[in-house]
Amino acid sequence: MRLLRCGADGVLVEVSSGREVEAVRRAVRDVAGVVEVVPAARTVLVVGGGAGVRAVLADLDPSDVDEAPAREVVLPVVYDGPDLDLVAATAGITADEVVRLHVEARYRVAFCGFAPGFAYLTGLPDVLHQARLETPRTKVPRGAVGIAGEYTAAYPRATPGGWRLIGRTDAPLFDPDGRAPALLTPGDHVRFEVV
Amino acid sequence: MSRTLTVLATGPQALVQDRGRPGHAHLGVPPSGALDPVSLGLANRLVGNDGDAAGIEVLIGGLAVRASASCTAAVTGPYAPVRRNGRDVDSPVHLAPGDELAIGRAEHGLRVYLAVSGGVDVRPVLGSRAADLLSGLGPGPLAVGDVLPLGAARGVPVGADVLVPVRIPPELVVPVLLGPRHEWFDNPAAQLDKGNWAVSEKSNRVGLRLEGTSLVRTESTRYSELPSEGLVTGAVQVPADGRPVVFLADHPTTGGYPVIGVVAPQVLHQLGQARPGTRVRFRPQG
Repeated sequence: MRLLRCGADGVLVEVSSGREVEAVRRAVRDVAGVVEVVPAARTVLVVGGGAGVRAVLADLDPSDVDEAPAREVVLPVVYDGPDLDLVAATAGITADEVVRLHVEARYRVAFCGFAPGFAYLTGLPDVLHQARLETPRTKVPRGAVGIAGEYTAAYPRATPGGWRLIGRTDAPLFDPDGRAPALLTPGDHVRFEVV
Repeated sequence: MSRTLTVLATGPQALVQDRGRPGHAHLGVPPSGALDPVSLGLANRLVGNDGDAAGIEVLIGGLAVRASASCTAAVTGPYAPVRRNGRDVDSPVHLAPGDELAIGRAEHGLRVYLAVSGGVDVRPVLGSRAADLLSGLGPGPLAVGDVLPLGAARGVPVGADVLVPVRIPPELVVPVLLGPRHEWFDNPAAQLDKGNWAVSEKSNRVGLRLEGTSLVRTESTRYSELPSEGLVTGAVQVPADGRPVVFLADHPTTGGYPVIGVVAPQVLHQLGQARPGTRVRFRPQG
C-alpha cells in the first residue's frame, strides 16, 4: 500500500488488487471529516479526514480483510446487442455461449465513473475480455449492456461510448431522486439474468 | 403572487449554480457548483441569502430577467454594466414587481453572478440546484421564457457602498502541489516551473485546457497505461500529447491520464474566470 498526495486535503491510496481497493474503501469511508471516497481499479482516492485517515490506513493490512457480506443485485437483460456477434467471433465461440458465460459469472462493482451510476463490474470470464470498439458510438442507448477490457457495465443514460454492446436492461440504474440514487454502488455483487 | 424570475435573454450561457453536490463522486457524480464560488458567495451575502442559496452564473454577460415580486438583486464577478428597466444602476439593486434587470457584457473575466433575495429555488438534485453539464444533472442551461421560482427572502441584505469587481491579470501564477503522479514525469517541478501556457478556447466547466509547453514523461512510463483513478477538482491531468488540463467543477470523477499536481484551492476561482488567451504559469510546491 502506497499513499500519494493528491492536493491539499486528498490522498490517493495505491494497492495491488481490486480486493484491496474494497478493503481500503470500507476502512476509510466512515472516518470523521472524509468528504469523498472514490474507489477505482487499483486506487482509492480519499478527500478530507486528514490524520484520521492516515491513522486508519497505518493500522490496515488490506490483503488480510475478509470478504464482507455484500448486497446482491440482479439485472434482467435481453441479449440482442449490436456487437453480440462481434464478441462471439472475437472469442471464437457462439453468441449463445457468450450469453451463457455472461449470465453464469458473478460480478462485483469495482467502482463507478464515466457517468452517474455507471458501474464497472469485475468478474467477466477471461474469454470475454475484449478491446473497445475501434470507433466509439456517438450515442449508446440507455440501458445498453456492454463489455470492455476486464469489465462489463450497463449504461444508466444515453451517452457516447466505445464498449461492445451485447444486450439491454430496463433496470433503474440511476434515479437522482431516489433514496439511493445509484442502483449499483462499489462493493455490491451483481448477477445478470436472461429475460 | 408567487415570487419568480422570468428569463428574457441568456447571453452565451446562463446556468443555475450553487456550492455544488460534493460527496457523490463514488457514484460517478461530479461536484459541479459555481466556478467562482467567491463571487457567488458575495452576491448571496449582498442580498441576505444563506451561503447555499442558488444564483445564476452568466458567461460573459447578456442575461436579462423580469422579477414578479419585490426583491434585491446583486451582480458580482468581473465588472459588467447593470440596468434596471433600461437605466444604468449600481448593484445591489432593489427590483419592484415587473422590473427588468439586464446584465451587459463583462470587460474582463468570464463569469458574472446574479443572486436574488430568496435564491433561485429550482428543485434540488442530490442536495444541490447546480447545473452539471457533464452529467446532465440539475437544470439545463437557461432559455428565454424560463420561469424560475424564488425562495422566500429571509436574511437582511448587507448592502455595500462600493463593490470591487474581480480582475484577472493577463498572466495567472498558479501554485500547484505535486502529486499524485508527478513521478511519471522527468523533473516534474522544473518542467512545471519553466513551462508557459495559455488558456485554450476549448476550455469549459469540465476543465481548463492549456496550450503551450508539452510536459514530458519519464522514459519508463512513456508508453504505460494508468488504470483509471479518482480525480479531485484542480487536478492538473496530462494527456498523451503533454498539454495539461486543469479540472474544474464539472470534471469526471475518474480519469486514466497521470495527474502531475493539484492546483491550490485558493486560486481555483481565478481559473474559473480566466478567458481564453490568459497566460498561465505554474509554481510547484512541495
